[in-house]
Amino acid sequence: MEAVVFVICAALALFGAGGVVLARNPVHSALFLVMTLFAIAVLFLNLDAQFLAAVQVIVYAGAIVVLFLFVIMLLGVDQAEDLAVEPIAGQRPIAMVLGAAVLGLGIAFVAFSTNGSVTGQPAATAERLDSITADSQMVSTELPDNQVDGTEVVPNIDQLGRVIFTDYVYAFEITALLLTIAVVGAVVLARRPGGEVQPIPATRQLVLADDSDDDAAGLDAANDTDGAADAASAEPSGGADA
Amino acid sequence: MVSSTAYLVLAAMLFSIGAVGLLVRRNPLVMFMCVELMLNSVNLTFITFGNELSDIGGQVSVFFVLVVAAAEVVIGLAIIVAIMRRRPEASADDLSVLRG
Amino acid sequence: MEQLADLMWLVPLLPLLGFLFLVTVGRRLGEPAAGWIATLAMAGSFGAAVLVFVGLMARDEADRFAQLTLFDWVPAGDLNVSMGFLADPLSATMILFITGIATLIHLYSIGYMHGDPNFSKFFVYLNLFAFSMLMLVLGDNLLLTFLGWEGVGACSYFLISFWFSDEANASAGKKAFITNRVGDFGFLLATFLCFLVFGSITYGEMFSAPAGSMATVTASAVVLLLLVGAAGKSAQFPLYLWLPDAMAGPTPVSALIHAATMVTSGVYLLTRMNPIIDLAHDWVPDVIAWVGLFTALFAATIAVAQNDIKKVLAYSTVSQLGFMFVAVGSGLYVAAIFHMITHAFFKALLFLGSGSVIHGMDDDQDMRNYGGLARLMPITAGTFIIGWLAISGIPPFSGFWSKDEVLLGAFNNNRVLWLLLLLAALLTAFYMSRLVYLTFFGPRRWAADDHGDHAAAPTDADGADADSSSTDEAAELVLPHRHPHESPWTMWLPLVVLASLAAVAGLLNLPFSSDTKFLEHWLEPSLFGNEVHVTVSSGGKWILAIIAIVGAFLGVIMARVRYGDRRAAEYVDESPLLARGWGYDSAVSAFMGGPGRSLFNSFSRFDGSVVDGIVNVVPRLVHRFGGVLRRAQTGLVRSYAVGILAGAVALLAYFASRTTF
Repeated sequence: MEAVVFVICAALALFGAGGVVLARNPVHSALFLVMTLFAIAVLFLNLDAQFLAAVQVIVYAGAIVVLFLFVIMLLGVDQAEDLAVEPIAGQRPIAMVLGAAVLGLGIAFVAFSTNGSVTGQPAATAERLDSITADSQMVSTELPDNQVDGTEVVPNIDQLGRVIFTDYVYAFEITALLLTIAVVGAVVLARRPGGEVQPIPATRQLVLADDSDDDAAGLDAANDTDGAADAASAEPSGGADA
Repeated sequence: MVSSTAYLVLAAMLFSIGAVGLLVRRNPLVMFMCVELMLNSVNLTFITFGNELSDIGGQVSVFFVLVVAAAEVVIGLAIIVAIMRRRPEASADDLSVLRG
Repeated sequence: MEQLADLMWLVPLLPLLGFLFLVTVGRRLGEPAAGWIATLAMAGSFGAAVLVFVGLMARDEADRFAQLTLFDWVPAGDLNVSMGFLADPLSATMILFITGIATLIHLYSIGYMHGDPNFSKFFVYLNLFAFSMLMLVLGDNLLLTFLGWEGVGACSYFLISFWFSDEANASAGKKAFITNRVGDFGFLLATFLCFLVFGSITYGEMFSAPAGSMATVTASAVVLLLLVGAAGKSAQFPLYLWLPDAMAGPTPVSALIHAATMVTSGVYLLTRMNPIIDLAHDWVPDVIAWVGLFTALFAATIAVAQNDIKKVLAYSTVSQLGFMFVAVGSGLYVAAIFHMITHAFFKALLFLGSGSVIHGMDDDQDMRNYGGLARLMPITAGTFIIGWLAISGIPPFSGFWSKDEVLLGAFNNNRVLWLLLLLAALLTAFYMSRLVYLTFFGPRRWAADDHGDHAAAPTDADGADADSSSTDEAAELVLPHRHPHESPWTMWLPLVVLASLAAVAGLLNLPFSSDTKFLEHWLEPSLFGNEVHVTVSSGGKWILAIIAIVGAFLGVIMARVRYGDRRAAEYVDESPLLARGWGYDSAVSAFMGGPGRSLFNSFSRFDGSVVDGIVNVVPRLVHRFGGVLRRAQTGLVRSYAVGILAGAVALLAYFASRTTF
């Protein structure tokens, strides 16, 4: 079962990745990215990372890609770029070579190395007969005090929570700070010089009659969408002065 | 039963596709998406190793990577918006002010 | 009492303070306050010099070395030069007459520079000069002496070109400075050699070094290089040519710098370094003596044919300095210093007197327009005559005694040297008498204002003719209008003082017995026993003295015969070859302007192309290399991304090479 899921999701992920790179329209690229993210989320499930699978869908696919789409739509950059022409000489061949090199080296490390000289751990393909079972139970190696024998099934989210708020609490707090900084930075960066509210660029303005109600409705809709996007991480889109 | 090797190979492939895409595409937004792709491949790698080594540290890493990636996207998009507000058709090649 | 010698630091300090004060507020103080302040500074310095002298006198003979170190000046590795002063008999003598004469000349300048728009600037330079000269003399190491050496050279330049709006004056100043620099080159090389051998350039340490630390060859080299430096500063052949041109400066400058002080620095330097001269080859002092002799004779012949009163005195200075070099070269340092002192008195007197004459004759310096001035300028004439008698070597004035000592030294060294020097002494008497007769006696070759253009009547040579209204039908010359008058008291008082000194200075070192040789005993500690003993019998000394006196009188009488009652109409210019200085000056100018200039241009071209070219190779390479590297900075994000990825691949490859597969 796991293998079937793996094969299907791997195929989807690769197909989506290819689509991201090769699609001419940026909107199409974004949608392909969503496909890839979903596939990876399912793979997370396969690997007993249930919480992260959910977070992946909600945050990555649901917020970040939506953000991308907002920017694409607002700035009107959804025209296709000309993929046939490559202005920088030799860029494409070099890119191919480097990509192949990365792939080759990565696979070589993963698939063929036998000792742990790089990571200090035994190689990923070393025989570990007792670690991976069909329905493995993710047990944290550092158990808290109230887990006595370490063989109970602990929900994934509990494990994560326990570790994050004890061993990694500093990192957690700092990421909170980081997010705050990101918010402030985004507001500052995307501010227009002069500071007043500027109208939407004329090229993309919706052709509306003198219908102020529609404008108001549009405004409300925009606000709601913003509110929905704020669920997991708060970042207002800097360019949205609607 | 899928060995970790398969996941890791998949992650390597995603990473290289993302890298090539970053070098080849000129639209800043698409380049950014390729970066996200690479980040995701790394996440997959972390989860895989966390699963194999029975260490929750892998998932914790992914948790933080996710947060930081989100923040990074925010800032990156703000920059892109600030630059491309005036010239929507700008590509990454036009931003060569640091030319020596 | 003995501690008074430690006040030596006051001696250069007071002129320095005067300089600093006048440089800031002198202009506002103006005339005559600026002059009086400068004079008072010098007078204070003179007082301090007297105290130092008294302090040294109070000590035992063996103890007459007062050393004072202010601070470490140049602590540079092995070289350790300190700002230190040395008051020993030699420097005490020098500072006494330097400060004394300088004070008198400062006083004189107040009257002489009256009405000049740059009055205070003159005194600024004079005080600075005095400070430099005192540093030169009081310094206890070669570098400090060199500091003063350069300082007096610079001040000489400032003062010679004081009236620089006339280009001739500016050129004269440049010439003086540049010629001095040639000499300074020798001084510097000598200093380097001394440091190389002794590891120190302080006089005390050099002279107390163990015997044999300096090889004879090195000592000879040092002495010859010092001779080059001294020749530049003391205007010996071939570096004398700046001194006649230096007469373009105001007369007090000529009196102070080019008669009494700066030009004596060379003689002082050689006397100070007498232990090194002792270590050199035997022929090295002879070089010094013959250079001095040649200069003395050479300059004396030129002085005979000069018409400018100051030029005569300038060449006379060159000639007398030659006398001093002869004395140094013959090993008689005492005679050299003795002659230096008496020469300072009477030459300064002669210059100041000539300044008085020039002042009274409306700045006309041509002796052909003088004549019969004795009655009209009695004080000037009286003092000038005393100076004349002194320089000519007529007893009992001071010049006779000192010149006799020099001649004795020359006789002791080499008969030919003595004979030629005697000839130079005769010429000295001759041209100086010529100057006096043409200026103060004889018929007037100028017209007083209240009379018309008349030729002067022939008169007795001993008195000016008061009656100038008679006409001579034979002469229809147009004579310049003048109204000679005596100078103010600020100008004739120094003349009187100097005249009295010139008259009695012989008492310093009378040769009659050992007790009267005060100067010789006084200077003994500074000479370290290097003074040559004259091996002439006392009878021989009397004969030599009489020959010298006869020669002096001969010179005076010959001049009287030739120039006693020259009328304007009968005036004949002397030999043009002599008047032009044997063509030496023009030869040097032609060389410097012609082949010299092309040589210097080739040097500068070499420097610009080869030396700069070598230096520029590195920057050019860097520039080119940088240009190549610059191409990597495309400014394109995607190129940089390629770079990043390539680096990552390289890292991976490295790790891949380390794992075993």
